[in-house]
This record gives sequence, C-alpha cells and structure tokens, in this order.
Amino acid sequence: MMTSKINLQYLTIKEANRALNEGDYTSQDLTQAHLEAMVAERGLNSFVTECPDRALAMAEESDKRRSKGEQISPLDGIPLAIKDLFCTEGILSTAGSRILDGFTPTYESTVSHNLWSAGAVLLGKTNMDEFAMGSANVTSYYGNCINPWKASSGNLVGKDLVPGGSSGGSAAAVAARLALGSTGTDTGGSIRQPSSFCGVVGLKPTYGRCSRWGIIAFASSLDQAGPITRSVGDAALMLAEMAGFDPKDSTSANLPVPSYIESLNGNIKGLRIGIPSEYKLDSMPDEIEDVWQRGRDWLIDAGAEVIDISLPHTKYALPSYYIIAPAEASSNLARYDGIRYGLRVEGEDLIDTYEKTRAAGFGDEVKRRIMIGTYVLSAGYYDAYYRQAQKVRTQITNDFNSVWKECDAILTPTTPSAAFAIGEKMEDPIAMYLNDIFTVPASMAGLPAISVPAAINKEGLPLGLHVIGPAFTEQTVLRIADVIETAAEFTANPNENITIAG
Amino acid sequence: MTLDTNTVRRIARLARLHIPESELSHLASDLSNIIGWVEQLAEVKTDGVEPMTNVIETESHYREDVINDGGDSAKVLQNASDSSGNFFTVIKVIE
Repeated sequence: MMTSKINLQYLTIKEANRALNEGDYTSQDLTQAHLEAMVAERGLNSFVTECPDRALAMAEESDKRRSKGEQISPLDGIPLAIKDLFCTEGILSTAGSRILDGFTPTYESTVSHNLWSAGAVLLGKTNMDEFAMGSANVTSYYGNCINPWKASSGNLVGKDLVPGGSSGGSAAAVAARLALGSTGTDTGGSIRQPSSFCGVVGLKPTYGRCSRWGIIAFASSLDQAGPITRSVGDAALMLAEMAGFDPKDSTSANLPVPSYIESLNGNIKGLRIGIPSEYKLDSMPDEIEDVWQRGRDWLIDAGAEVIDISLPHTKYALPSYYIIAPAEASSNLARYDGIRYGLRVEGEDLIDTYEKTRAAGFGDEVKRRIMIGTYVLSAGYYDAYYRQAQKVRTQITNDFNSVWKECDAILTPTTPSAAFAIGEKMEDPIAMYLNDIFTVPASMAGLPAISVPAAINKEGLPLGLHVIGPAFTEQTVLRIADVIETAAEFTANPNENITIAG
Repeated sequence: MTLDTNTVRRIARLARLHIPESELSHLASDLSNIIGWVEQLAEVKTDGVEPMTNVIETESHYREDVINDGGDSAKVLQNASDSSGNFFTVIKVIE
C-alpha cells in the first residue's frame, strides 16, 4: 500500500500496539517504515549508529510471537531509538565522545535490556551532547543534531535550530517521526529541555526509579533514565517497562512498578497545584508567561486548585548544580585512561599517555567541567565549594519537602525560551547553562518531572509545560500531564506546514 | 576567585589533561567566570545544615555472598587498544 508508510510513522505507541494486535500490519512493516524514514532524514544527524539488521531481526521475532498469541507487552514490536549513553551489547556506544572511539560493549544496560525483554525493537543509537554535558546537542563529537522544527516567522527563519540537549537526538528522532519513542537520560534537564524544544513529551522519573546500570555515568547522584514520546500515554507505557529494582544498582528503588497507564483517568479534581513565585523571572519572555498562565487555566478548568507557593532557594539550584555535577563528572570520567577501552594516544610515559589520550578524546565542554570538578574537590577548596553546594542541595530539597504539605504537584514552564539557532550561546558557557534554570531544581531534589508540549509560539516553535511531583508520584505527574495534553490540543508537527494557534 | 594560569596548569595535571600553554589563559578566563558565578552560594546560610549525600532514601539491601558474575576475561579485554594474553598492556612504568 502506497499510503501505509506515512501513516505508520504518525502512530502513537498505543495506536501501533492496537493495530499490531488487530493484524493491520506487522512489526516488520512498522520497523521498515521507520528505517526508511531514518535514511531519508539523515540530514538531521539524530542517529550516531543505525541498526537496520538488528531492528528487522527483532521485528521478525516479535511478529512470530504475536502470530502465536504470545505478545509480551504493549511495547512488543515497537521500534525505539536509544540514546547513545546506554551500553548496548555488540553495538557501538559512544556517549557522543571521541574517547569512546570504537567502544562496543560486551553487556547491555538494564534499562535497554528491560525494553528488549518487553519485545521492543532497536532502531539505532541517538546523537547527544558529549557525556550528556550540554543543552543544545552542539558538544557531540559526531556533530550537532538539528531540530526538525523550523521557524515560520521572525529572526530564526531559514536557520537550523538546536534540538536542545543533552538527549537532542532522542527528542529530534521522535519529533521527526523516525521512532515511535526513545530513551533519554536527565541529569539537570537533559530529557525535559530537548523535549520542550522539539514539541514532544519527556519524563524524568524519580531518582532510583530506573536502574543506572550500564548507562555511561555523568553525575551519579543525579543521572536518571526516562522516556521521550509523542504522548503522555506512551510515556506511561514506556516507563512501566524501563523502571524497576535492579540489584546491580545500589541506588535503584526496591519498590513495585505500578501500572502508569491506568492512572491516566483525566480526574484531577481537588488536586492542589503549586505555582512557585521564584520561577517568575524578570527577563521571562511574554510567550513563556502566557503558556504558563494557560496551563494554570487548563488545570483550574479540570477541577484542580491552583495556589501560590515559595521555593526560596530556587536561584541557588543552578550554581550548586554546577559544582556538584562537575565534581561527580571529574571523578566518573577519571576512568577514561586509554588503557582498557576507547581511544589511546601513545605518550612518552604512562602519565603522558593518559594526558594526551584525554586531551584528544574529550571536547572543550567536557574538559571545562572536569577542570571545574577537579578544582572544587581539590585541597583547600572542598569545604568552600563542594561541601557548601551539598548543603545548599539539602536546602533545595527541604524547600520541596515543605511545599508538599501545601500542594500535590508544581507547574512551571520547562524552559525560559523556545529553541535557538545552532551557534548561539557558544562563547558563553553560563548563558548555555541558564537553559536548565527551571529543570535543575527538581533534579537536585531527585523528583519526578515531565515536559508536555503546550503551545506553538509566534515564530512557529513549540513550548513545553513542566509538572514536578513528590518522589515516586509518577502516576500523579503523568495524570496531570495527560490533562494538560488534552487541553492543549497540540497537534502540530514539524513535518507539515504549521498552523499557528491564537 | 580568579584562577591564574599556574592554577589551571596544576588542576590540568591533577585531572590528567594535557592543555597546551597557548590555551591556558583562555581556559583560565572561562573557569574564572564559572567559579565567580557559583561563588554566590557563599551567601546562603547553611549553619547546622547537613550536606546531602543521598537524595532519595533507599534501604541498603543485602545479597547472598556468592559468585554470580566474572570469569569473562575475554569480554573484559575485548575493547582494549592493546592486550597480551589475559592482560592489558601499558608502556613500561618501572625503571
């Protein structure tokens, strides 16, 4: 059928699962359509590695299971993209870095293993900021990924825009209909910020909800895997398979995984939604203020109670993050020595080999963060910087713990702007860091948070709303996000001429 | 706090990063800006506040003291840039 290809790409996971069950087409059809779309859209540079042979073999296995009535899960036969931070057995895994040149893991990350055990199909590995350090996908050794959205008016017309980062390839691939869903990881906003920039749904679960085993480490006290999808329901379906206790990650939570999809009942009557006054920035563009106001109205219309709250240490979240995350990164990235895997540049002696390998293997942003991290952990500075940042992190978490007495969840914008042009903010690291101003506080407190596409701005670019909940309340966070999704009626997609709302 | 080029050279050595002399002053300026920005944390009153070490309280769990993994030296060595027998090889480190 001539028309099937486009239609297959435009399904949600939920719709695709239903159609597979009804025998409308096979996982091999679905997978083939996405593999062809990936080839057609190579210009976006959203994949570092494409896995067509593996994908078709996995799809064939899924089709065999379904034909025998042995479907494993709602993800059985669903083609997904995996961020290149997840180790995948027998498939190049780079973290977007030259230092992992040629690294082919001999093991599978727990989260990706869980997805394959649920029957999902691996399409390929997605582009990302090097070691997940960035907010624009411009620090990747494999080149920047391009946001499939284009501005329809204003200064950005005709320019390639960033997809956000660090999970830029994962968000761009889902937005461009190259995958039905993808995995991301979020340390300070790396799932939510690119999801907002690309007009898709991105969920960062509670720290510990998904195992970190086999995910290349950036900042171990913050890193968390989560799904990127085109609907809140799909995020619920993916999280249910990704999450769970793992004895191989001592920080993974030994709690049952609920049925997230069943919590999407549209009923938020009586829920109290907090609006933190500290998130109202003087410099906030009107379009961000507007989408936030619309979000409040939607939730009130659905029966929620919206209240003003205060999180007094909000302004210190970003600077404390930029001590703690680099400190942990400098420690985690000490393992890249050129000896056991990845790049090796021979030097005059062993230390020279380490130094030359790491100089050649790491890009500028990673080097900056290793240097900052080494500095704040060094003798004489540890108490003033690292220990103080850990204390501020306690204060930030205490702020959230206090407001949970007054409200059930918090609503904020996801980002302080829409996507910007590739090349912007490159000379000023702090300007780039400010992209994560609304996402970092929840990361510092380990809380679940989701970005949902909520509006198209006057330039024709998507804007997201951000819902934060108490630890392990993914069900509530998803339920509120589902209500926002229904009210927002966000149907625009980057592959078509966009109708501007309002 | 402004980082001078000597400090940057020392930190680069600790971090095992070769930074060419020509790049030291630019890097010193970048790092000074970032450190200057994070120093606003000094104004936060943290007397009596415990530093956070574990954001989500999880119970430590015991496991059986059994061997359940290992014996995979071929897998471990598979990605080595140079190996010999069951060993990684490095440049001579003992004079």
